[in-house]
Amino acid sequence: MNTLKLGVLRGNIEVKQFLRQWESVIFTLFFPVLLLFIFGSVFKNTIAPGVTFSQYFVAGMIASGLVNSGFQQLAINIPIERDNGALKRLRGTPISPIAFFIGKSILVFLSMIVQVIMLLTFGALFFHLNLPHSAALWLRFTWLVILGSACSTVLGIALAGIIKSGRSAPAVVTPLVIILQFISGVFFVFSSLPSWMQQFAALFPLKWLTQGMRSVFLPNNFALKEVAHSWEIGKIVLVLITWLVAGTFLAARSFKWSRQ
Amino acid sequence: MGAAIEVVDLQKNYGDQAAVAGISLTILRGEIFAILGPNGAGKTTTVEILEGFRKRDGGSVSVLGADPGALGVHGAAWRNRIGIVLQSTSDAAELTVAETIHHFSHYYTTPKDPESVIELVGLTEKRNARIRTLSGGQRRRLDVALGIIGSPELLFLDEPTTGFDPEARRAFWDLIRALKAEGTTILLTTHYLDEAEALADRVAVISAGQIVEIATPATLGGRHLAKATISWLEMGARQRLISENPTRDIIEIAARFNGNIPELTVTRPSLEDIYLTMIEGRG
Repeated sequence: MNTLKLGVLRGNIEVKQFLRQWESVIFTLFFPVLLLFIFGSVFKNTIAPGVTFSQYFVAGMIASGLVNSGFQQLAINIPIERDNGALKRLRGTPISPIAFFIGKSILVFLSMIVQVIMLLTFGALFFHLNLPHSAALWLRFTWLVILGSACSTVLGIALAGIIKSGRSAPAVVTPLVIILQFISGVFFVFSSLPSWMQQFAALFPLKWLTQGMRSVFLPNNFALKEVAHSWEIGKIVLVLITWLVAGTFLAARSFKWSRQ
Repeated sequence: MGAAIEVVDLQKNYGDQAAVAGISLTILRGEIFAILGPNGAGKTTTVEILEGFRKRDGGSVSVLGADPGALGVHGAAWRNRIGIVLQSTSDAAELTVAETIHHFSHYYTTPKDPESVIELVGLTEKRNARIRTLSGGQRRRLDVALGIIGSPELLFLDEPTTGFDPEARRAFWDLIRALKAEGTTILLTTHYLDEAEALADRVAVISAGQIVEIATPATLGGRHLAKATISWLEMGARQRLISENPTRDIIEIAARFNGNIPELTVTRPSLEDIYLTMIEGRG
């Protein structure tokens, strides 16, 4: 059987295992929606003419959703699978590592789609999220999602290679994601953060992803309220592609099939 | 016949500790070969080097004609011909037995029929059970099923019957003998000396990273030459006689009892006795 077909079979197995674990379904899929409800309901203030904080927040949460389904999920689950022998067992069979990663990507992609659709739906229904009104914006949204997910996936695999054990993985990964969310314009309006924090956050992809999502979901003139007074679309592409390339390289170097 | 595995002067160090210090052995095609040794003797390290999971520091290794430390692009074709049953695992907890075995069958070019493998390892009643609900012994049988699903020419079994009850162990032995009858070469590591005796054509005893002896279970440590112990009841007390010629001695004793010697036993050292002497001698 060829690698692509096996990858699809792996994807099927990954999705089955994912759906049969209630903890992971809730943690990965529903947690962002829950956060959306809490933050969106508490902070209803207007941050610019015609823009409420909850709209700002939904855009950030969609960007975070990509981090959740890729980076967070993989960086936690791969070390667990390394500890319980799943990866070593696979390594002892003829299956290609590429098929294995195709399977993981299918899981990431499907959980990302579900999450984005839920956030868009609830955001639009309850928090006045304006869906993109032009084909150009939908197109931008699509490549942001694809590029963001790809980045998130390879960085999750890269981090999984450094994490020592499955037991410690959530304790390493979860705070990292939360801190990134705080400094990247998800929980706070990015332009209101101290400038040293803004500069630090600009090193990481999440800040650029949230900015990209705001360019899709907020009125175009809100760009003036951004730190650079612009959406900086070119820079977003550049930063994400740089992280994608670096992440792929790091993932290939750090990935381990067994604990030794 | 030819060799399935050839190892010459294998070396592996962890830091400045030598885990494997010059092991050489040849395993023939179609043979069941057991590696015995205490924990930390270098069994698992040796086997994992042969399986391609670990790199060696010295010596040469050939497994089915390939060097498992330098497989490169031929890795998949090589792994298609081997089966590996690792030590205890706890993966795939949420899948069912049948799903898992069927899934793994797709990895190989000439898999066995998944349903007959399920039956072969005795998991028919559990075929739709989630793996996390299996007992330790059932889980181990699933591991064995996944090891043989690809019809391997060479099967690695690392402590395969840990957690089995005696009946399941006997059934497992029959399964291994059936695989041997098909021509499968089997490398077995085990803590159970009776298992090695029941299954292995030859055994290697490893201690402190070196081979102590390689022999058939019957001749290991000069076992076949060892003296027998005759034991019986006479004058209200248990009598013992170490004998070079038990047949002659028993005829003599029998004469005193008018034919029937009370509670007579004749024993030679078990494989376990021999093994323990070999290991202690080096400890």
